[in-house]
Amino acid sequence: MSPSATSDSPELASSPASSGVTELQNAVIRFAGNSQDGIQTIGGLLARLAGRSSREVMTYMTIPSTISGGPSIFQVHLGSGEVLSAGDESDFLFAFYQHSYDSHIGSLRPGGICIYDTDNVQEVKSDLDGLHVGIPITSATVEALGGSSRERGKNLFALGLVTQIFKLNKEKVVGLVSKQFGGKNEDVLRNAMLAFDAGFAYPVGDLLKVEYELQQGRGSAVDKVTTDGNTAMVLGLLAGGVRYGSAYPITPWSTIMEQLRVELPKYGGLFVQAEDELAAVAMALGFAYSGHVAVTGSSGPGLSLKMEALSYATMAELPLVVINVQRGGPSTGLPTSVEQSDLMQAIYGSHGDCPRIVLAPKNVADCFYIAVEACELAKKYSCPVFVLTDMALASRIEAFEQPDLATLVHEPVLDLSTRGEEFKPYPLDGLTRHAAPGSVMSAGKYPVVTGLEHDEWGHPSANPGIHQKMTERRREKIKAFAATLPKPEIYGDESGEALIVGWGSTWGPIREAVERLRESGRKVACIHLRHLNPMPNGLETIFANYQNVVVVEMNDEGLYGYGQLATLLRARHCDPKIRSVCKTDGLNYRVRDIVARVEAVVGTV
Amino acid sequence: MSTAAESPKPLTKKDLTADHPTWCPGCGDFAVLASFFKVLEKLQIPHEKICTIAGIGCSSRFPYFVNGHGVHFIHGRALPFATGVSLSRPDLHVFAFGGDGDGYSIGGNHLDHAARKNVNLTYIVMDNFVYGLTKKQTSPTSPKGFKSKTDPTGAIDQPINPMKKLVYGGASFVARTHATQVKHMMEVFERAILHPGFSVVEVLSECVIFYPGAFDDGNPRKGGTFDLIEEKKWDNSAEDAERHDVSDENAAYRLASLQYPGKFGVFYETDRPSKNQLEQIWIDSTREKTGNASAVDLLSSRFASMK
Repeated sequence: MSPSATSDSPELASSPASSGVTELQNAVIRFAGNSQDGIQTIGGLLARLAGRSSREVMTYMTIPSTISGGPSIFQVHLGSGEVLSAGDESDFLFAFYQHSYDSHIGSLRPGGICIYDTDNVQEVKSDLDGLHVGIPITSATVEALGGSSRERGKNLFALGLVTQIFKLNKEKVVGLVSKQFGGKNEDVLRNAMLAFDAGFAYPVGDLLKVEYELQQGRGSAVDKVTTDGNTAMVLGLLAGGVRYGSAYPITPWSTIMEQLRVELPKYGGLFVQAEDELAAVAMALGFAYSGHVAVTGSSGPGLSLKMEALSYATMAELPLVVINVQRGGPSTGLPTSVEQSDLMQAIYGSHGDCPRIVLAPKNVADCFYIAVEACELAKKYSCPVFVLTDMALASRIEAFEQPDLATLVHEPVLDLSTRGEEFKPYPLDGLTRHAAPGSVMSAGKYPVVTGLEHDEWGHPSANPGIHQKMTERRREKIKAFAATLPKPEIYGDESGEALIVGWGSTWGPIREAVERLRESGRKVACIHLRHLNPMPNGLETIFANYQNVVVVEMNDEGLYGYGQLATLLRARHCDPKIRSVCKTDGLNYRVRDIVARVEAVVGTV
Repeated sequence: MSTAAESPKPLTKKDLTADHPTWCPGCGDFAVLASFFKVLEKLQIPHEKICTIAGIGCSSRFPYFVNGHGVHFIHGRALPFATGVSLSRPDLHVFAFGGDGDGYSIGGNHLDHAARKNVNLTYIVMDNFVYGLTKKQTSPTSPKGFKSKTDPTGAIDQPINPMKKLVYGGASFVARTHATQVKHMMEVFERAILHPGFSVVEVLSECVIFYPGAFDDGNPRKGGTFDLIEEKKWDNSAEDAERHDVSDENAAYRLASLQYPGKFGVFYETDRPSKNQLEQIWIDSTREKTGNASAVDLLSSRFASMK
């Protein structure tokens, strides 16, 4: 989104200097460098600052899948109002190298400002619609640090520049820098501050021709929590009562398991790194069988390996939270790129008729809430509950209000009560209730949990009538959950040309696209599905009010021309007006892409 | 939580008996089950604390035949499942059962890692050198030349040496017995159960349908020799120098290298901290650092640090 200047001119660079300070509602700042330059660190600090300044923020980063080094970007979208996407284009581009400049100058919006390191960028476009500002970032940093620290500190020099340019609260920034580097040895913090101060004091004002100031935030005055999706997921699992889990490392899931390994002992629990994905899910099911709320997780390839055991979990009706941080597939695919191509795998990936619950969070805060919900559902319905997050949410930083922990946090209770003669783990007329090992069975008969088809008492049975009844039972409990789901909220026009349907991390960009389409006179709306299996009932009554239903997904249109959610919706609702907008370039949807693709589907007015 | 004190009635073989085993008449596994019952009866483990876990295979149907908390899991994954139970429920006695296919083939990797981690549980492998449930395919312990439906002209691959695999893997108690030698089987089961850490007993248990006579060489009643390992008594006698030191890993490998049918008894036993103990130390010290804070307090301070 372009910065809306308070002056008449929408063009930043051409704003008359005489008009004084140009106030910005939003600013998209892209740092382009190499992954070892620490640009993620300063991006994270800016995001944290936004959370402390009642601003909204969303970040976007790319990381190379190589072990060390390689081009990397970190984009921060700061806004005084609602920030729904990480920004299609940048208003300010910091290019640290020639390759950074060459790759990202195209992302600068017309009239934007490119600040580049004159020590590393030799050639710049002569016909840029915008303003070039060359600053010797590397040599100025080396000079500030006394020439001894090579190029370390360029990121903090840049942070100093940003603080100066946007008149950010220097005191708060310095506080955050101290917090970030204070724990290390004194030299580290001293050098960080030297580089920051040099950037802050660099005479950049004359070069920019105009002064900027980011508008004060309009959000709550209470400091917000600033974190990424994977961390929010971890905290949600802890709040939901998860105390045990097991997994195997895979990008971009690993940061969840690393954090759980460290966090769970604080809560008296344990997370085990297993020898492989098969052992991980088996161990997690061992925890679940033992009476705990347990978690396992992975990314697509790992989930494929877990599928046999997850089918067992449906048959034996064991509760388990299963996280999939989706990345680009198939196979090793694009390990550090975003995609939503594991929806069918989550719903149908196991053998046999295997109904289970599948959820997807819409943003970073929702990673927390959906993890809490997943724990509750796993316990209540005694089945695997999938959470489909993705690479974009995993690493994206957002600011959000602290959840109401007093209401949400559950201290888990291990139920080892004595079970009476009437004990039936799988009653045909009720929900599954296991007796965890350690429970005395007063009738003297102890239960065996099995993957064989079984009767209400859990005894194996190949009776055709029983298989039919138990299959129905496993299906009907999920349908009973569907009946509790509210119809999704409609954002936009109550009826009109198009209803956009989305799921997962595209929530923000789709809403922003709806806003833009409506601004341009279109009658459109969107709904977001957090519950993908089962889906809420009654969607057809919403669809009926629109000429088109456009399902926007980050996956392929497949052999028959429809993305994965679109395929499911068409199968369920048999509605030919359900259409698909798909893509698989490994990148987030830009708002303008959604606008253009939806317009193409809907047709001209 | 219930203890033996609350259930004064002693645990009997009758209490432990569940469904009649579906094994074929004459199967070696019957004797394994009977020996297991007798040892549990002797040790008087509280009934509700007994937890038997198995994967897939003839012998893996074991949990159905024991009246105790049980799990019939998927092929090859009994050990990681049992690891989850053991690590999160120190109050339980966890037993895993299975055969050579389940334990040494599809679950072979899990066996190495459960052994390496020294997870506190007892694993009993009923090794019959053949896939029985699927009706005679080559197993990882089938000897070279064994004719099966998948090797009609005789197996060509070198079989696994279970004892070497177990010692190498890091199991802290490794023993070998024979399903026809009930007294010996009970002795090693008892020692295995009392051993803290990952204890494994390899039982040669004949499949009378698909590999009859496989273990006659170790059965005196069939003309074989049941040659026992003599363990050191540490009495400084001349004979003792020749006896087996169960803590000597190299000596265990030498025993494992003997020509079939080899020796029976305890190959290896060592006192090494279990994963259960090591994790608990970490949990306890971490809880102490947090001052045993509640989940709400821990999460509140975590959220505060992210503002």
